[in-house]
Amino acid sequence: MIKAFPLTRLLDRSAAVFLVLLGAFAIAIPALNLLTPDDAALHVSTYLVALFGKYVCYAMLALSIDLIWGYAGILSLGHGAFFALGGYAMGMYLMRQIGARGVYANPILPDFMVFLNWPELPVYWYGFNYFVYAALMVVLVPGLLAFVFGWFAFRSRVTGVYLSIITQAMTFALMLGFFRNNFGFGGNNGLTDFKDILGFNVQAEGTRNALLFISCVALAVSFLICRAIVSSKFGKVLIAIRDAEARTRFLGYRVEAYKLFVFTLSACMAGVAGALYVPQVGIINPSEFAPGNSIEAVIWVAVGGRGTLTGAVLGAFVVNYAKTFFTSGVLAPYWLFMLGSLFVAVTLLLPRGIVGTYEFWRAGRHERSAAALSAAAEDGVQVEATPPARQAAE
Amino acid sequence: MVEAKTTSSLLYLDGITVSFDGFRALNELSFIIEPGEMRAIIGPNGAGKTTMMDVVTGKTRPDSGDVYFQQGRHDLSMLDETQIAELGVGRKFQKPTVFEMHTVEDNLLLALKNDRRVRSTLLWSSTAPQEQRIDEILETVRMTALRKRVAGSLSHGQKQWLEIGMLLAQEPQLLLVDEPVAGMTDAETHQTAELLKEINKTKTVVVVEHDMTFVRELGVKVTCLHEGSVLAEGTIDQVSSNDRVVEVYLGR
Amino acid sequence: MGRFLRRAVAAFVILSAALGALPAMAGPYEDALAGFVTDEFDDTADAIAKVAESGDPKSAPLLAALQDGRLMYSAEAKKVYIKDADDKVTDAATGAAVDNPPADIDSVRLNNRLRGLLDGVMGSLTLMSPDPGVRMDAAQSVFKSRDAGALPALEKAIAAEKDPRIKRVMNEAHAAIIVVSDDAKPEERIAAINVVRDRGGQDALSMLGSISGDAPPDVRKAAADATASIERRLSIWSAVQNTWYGLSLGSVLLLAAIGLAITFGVMGVINMAHGEMVMIGAYTTFVVQQLIRTYNPGLFDYSLVIAVPLAFIVAGAVGIVIERTIIRFLYGRPLETLLATWGLSLILQQAVRTMFGPTNKDVGNPSWMSGAFELGQMTITYNRLWIIIFTLAVFAALLAMLRFTRLGLEMRAVTQNRGMAAAMGIRTARIDALTFGLGSGIAGIAGVALSQIDNVSPNLGQGYIIDSFLVVVFGGVGNLWGTLVGALALGIANKFLEPFAGAVLGKIAILVLIILFIQKRPRGLFALKGRAVEA
Repeated sequence: MIKAFPLTRLLDRSAAVFLVLLGAFAIAIPALNLLTPDDAALHVSTYLVALFGKYVCYAMLALSIDLIWGYAGILSLGHGAFFALGGYAMGMYLMRQIGARGVYANPILPDFMVFLNWPELPVYWYGFNYFVYAALMVVLVPGLLAFVFGWFAFRSRVTGVYLSIITQAMTFALMLGFFRNNFGFGGNNGLTDFKDILGFNVQAEGTRNALLFISCVALAVSFLICRAIVSSKFGKVLIAIRDAEARTRFLGYRVEAYKLFVFTLSACMAGVAGALYVPQVGIINPSEFAPGNSIEAVIWVAVGGRGTLTGAVLGAFVVNYAKTFFTSGVLAPYWLFMLGSLFVAVTLLLPRGIVGTYEFWRAGRHERSAAALSAAAEDGVQVEATPPARQAAE
Repeated sequence: MVEAKTTSSLLYLDGITVSFDGFRALNELSFIIEPGEMRAIIGPNGAGKTTMMDVVTGKTRPDSGDVYFQQGRHDLSMLDETQIAELGVGRKFQKPTVFEMHTVEDNLLLALKNDRRVRSTLLWSSTAPQEQRIDEILETVRMTALRKRVAGSLSHGQKQWLEIGMLLAQEPQLLLVDEPVAGMTDAETHQTAELLKEINKTKTVVVVEHDMTFVRELGVKVTCLHEGSVLAEGTIDQVSSNDRVVEVYLGR
Repeated sequence: MGRFLRRAVAAFVILSAALGALPAMAGPYEDALAGFVTDEFDDTADAIAKVAESGDPKSAPLLAALQDGRLMYSAEAKKVYIKDADDKVTDAATGAAVDNPPADIDSVRLNNRLRGLLDGVMGSLTLMSPDPGVRMDAAQSVFKSRDAGALPALEKAIAAEKDPRIKRVMNEAHAAIIVVSDDAKPEERIAAINVVRDRGGQDALSMLGSISGDAPPDVRKAAADATASIERRLSIWSAVQNTWYGLSLGSVLLLAAIGLAITFGVMGVINMAHGEMVMIGAYTTFVVQQLIRTYNPGLFDYSLVIAVPLAFIVAGAVGIVIERTIIRFLYGRPLETLLATWGLSLILQQAVRTMFGPTNKDVGNPSWMSGAFELGQMTITYNRLWIIIFTLAVFAALLAMLRFTRLGLEMRAVTQNRGMAAAMGIRTARIDALTFGLGSGIAGIAGVALSQIDNVSPNLGQGYIIDSFLVVVFGGVGNLWGTLVGALALGIANKFLEPFAGAVLGKIAILVLIILFIQKRPRGLFALKGRAVEA
């Protein structure tokens, strides 16, 4: 396993299957939307395209959480903040693209600033009329915040629930701030009424399909980055930190550097997810910072199976599909009951999540069959990513 | 900072005091370990053995006193665990602590002396000398057949040995070994003593142990701690015939 | 009645009065009344002055009636009447009840000039009132109006006054008039400035500010000194006030966090549904009040006293059920506990929303919790005061319970060394459930108090959960005193930051400070040290 060729190390079987499925999804949905007539049985409505695009962004957020929680044991209850910051950076670009087409037809100032009688554009809005600059900020702002926050937290060895609580306080503080009009981010209405992105109408069918496709590509790239990390020796160190942090230190590893790297990377990933999310849903407002959102994202990972990467994506799709399905029907008032029960049930009954349980079961079957065939066959079938029962999360 | 008396020592402790909430875990503790030495440290529960190890490895900062490493070149009280580990101090914990989710092989790989920085672990790929070294260590600790086993599934004794193997992989100058034979059978205890003696041919070793048979088998200089300071020092026979030692520890 | 006609009638009335057509009157008071019948502002003004000068005991009620719009006149009958609050009409001249007032009866109109005049006149009139409360109010109104015209009446009143408190206020009012009067002698003004300085307050400050620039230098210097002195005192008072507000906020934080200090601090359970226990307590209060309103409104003042034990029982029972069904399977897995209890909080919120609806519920304040009193330069409301007292009482009771009861002893034993406690024959599972129930029950009690100052809605608890955790972590996990100090310190810090940063930014600043603090001292203010930490 150590000697394995890097590509096979990067892509084990489930990773390969995942990428193939994701590729098929990224091509099939736009194809079914654009190429089939509206009344065809297999036609995918534009509404669904936007919805799936949203799920893909959520999946990316879940992936970023799984990287730090599943592998390094850092449970961030404030990852929604990085997602929202990325979203705001993109939202600011989209606001500037509206130009004079706003209600007040001011070529420079967004509508809400005109409404609040702001004389001129605040300095921190400069540059957001350039896509490249905005794209840079999408990564840099969440990354920088995570770096500063993590630098303090990990150096002082804030771990476990303490870290969870302060990440939650962080997103809560940001939410309070963004709710304020004088922060210059549109107060509680947030940023909305977007017109176009890179010259394409955000509402147009073609743009929506393109955004879905790009989101899928971003998800695939993120997934590969995560795989590269967790399958390297770095990944082994992360797991070592997760399971026995003090021991890892006594081996001479600078634990805080490892955590800081992976935390910052994860925040950047969440930022990109948020940036792709905003043009597809057409709005970003401070409620994205709500602590509840971040916790909900954690449960996607738990449902899918932490420490599996593919599970995070699956969990995000399953839970969000369920949410869409239930909140739109007569069952809407009961959705919170279901979501709440899901939290309880997954932690009590399915602590490995869907993918984790499947892998555990498959590994167990392999072991049994291997034992039945021959004791000497041991070397060939041992599966690497077999998480035995883990008790403590810290 | 280099005083004459520290110049030949590998590890130099002088007047170390550590208190927790008024309780003095270490009280003006002083002793010296020479390079290449093997030292056994004994003492009743609460004598400060583990706290002493915590101080040397940077887990606990002393309230007062000096800790020098390598002929007084490094002041360990100013460094953290990682830096001290990088200087070449390896530690085996009282309770065997291995990475339970990793295979035996990966545990050794993580311990192997190597660049510990983020970038190099990210870009790491296996090399033949490293493979060879892991094979050697597996051989030394007699775990070659278990190399693909997940460490969490090992027995208590096997974990102890794996941890000693990890210490070897670290290639430290100084090994601090906390109760290596706890929970081992007599045969395993004997094997462990042999292993430590083997290791001591190239490295300095400090062993903390309760098991007097084991300490006797090691046949090295013994330091007896009591209430955070040194009570007696000498051969096992000298120490065990010391009246005060008999009184506080052996005279049950 | 048309305006022209009324004027014509008025002219006729004056004419008749001049001709002595009206019945003979007894004195200046009765004479003065005629001025109210003309419905001319100038005549009314004259009449007010004359009535005030008459010294007749009926003057004060009459002018008060005029102020309230209860002074009526009839142009036809040429009489003035006073209508009381129950619409009973009496003759202003004689005080006799009038059963059938004339049809054209109408109230005497006022304009702003007349109202100002009336205020001043009333001030000096009521200065002599037999009712001490009325005299006090009068003195204070003269202080505010600084009407030089009131000076003679005021001096007379000061001479006659017996009550030292009222006399002091009158003296201050007197000083206030002198301070701004350019006619007074400089020594008098300086003496007056000193009186005003000793009184202090925002009013005094603005009064000293209004001394004109061409006043004598001595006076201006005295005024400047007095201003500085008052400002110093004001800043001390504002610090005291901020501390009070901070204590008040801190006690709310403490109340919310105290249950968590048990479940999280002592047991180590990350209970994200803690806020919902508070909410359950608040809804229990609501239900208790509804029942009282329906069945026995007289008991309303006791509603909180009844609600406290009930909230403890209800929230405690919910807590025990949660511990037995969910949390006990998750001991040693803090992050999983966090997720499961978060899910639980969603379920509880939705359950309450389904039962009671999503809107805010009206929970009333009993009479002993409404109102306020003055202490020096600050106002203390009874509800805040009671909440502080209540919080400290709950805290003390909890400490006593942990220290002196068998249950408390067993709780401490189990949390310190579970295995040993079990070996000693303590039923650890039962103790776990009871400890969690205790923490939840206290959260429920907190809900009773918080229902008095916050909106009772399904989201009530969410507002407190993050703050509560921060308080417990800030104070040091496992240390009740730390929670107390942490909560009060955070409350006070918050209130002292607010004037500079505003409420929201102050809150953000506190959050950031706590985040930084936790980095510096990850185990809180009062951390346990040594081996216990590793366990």
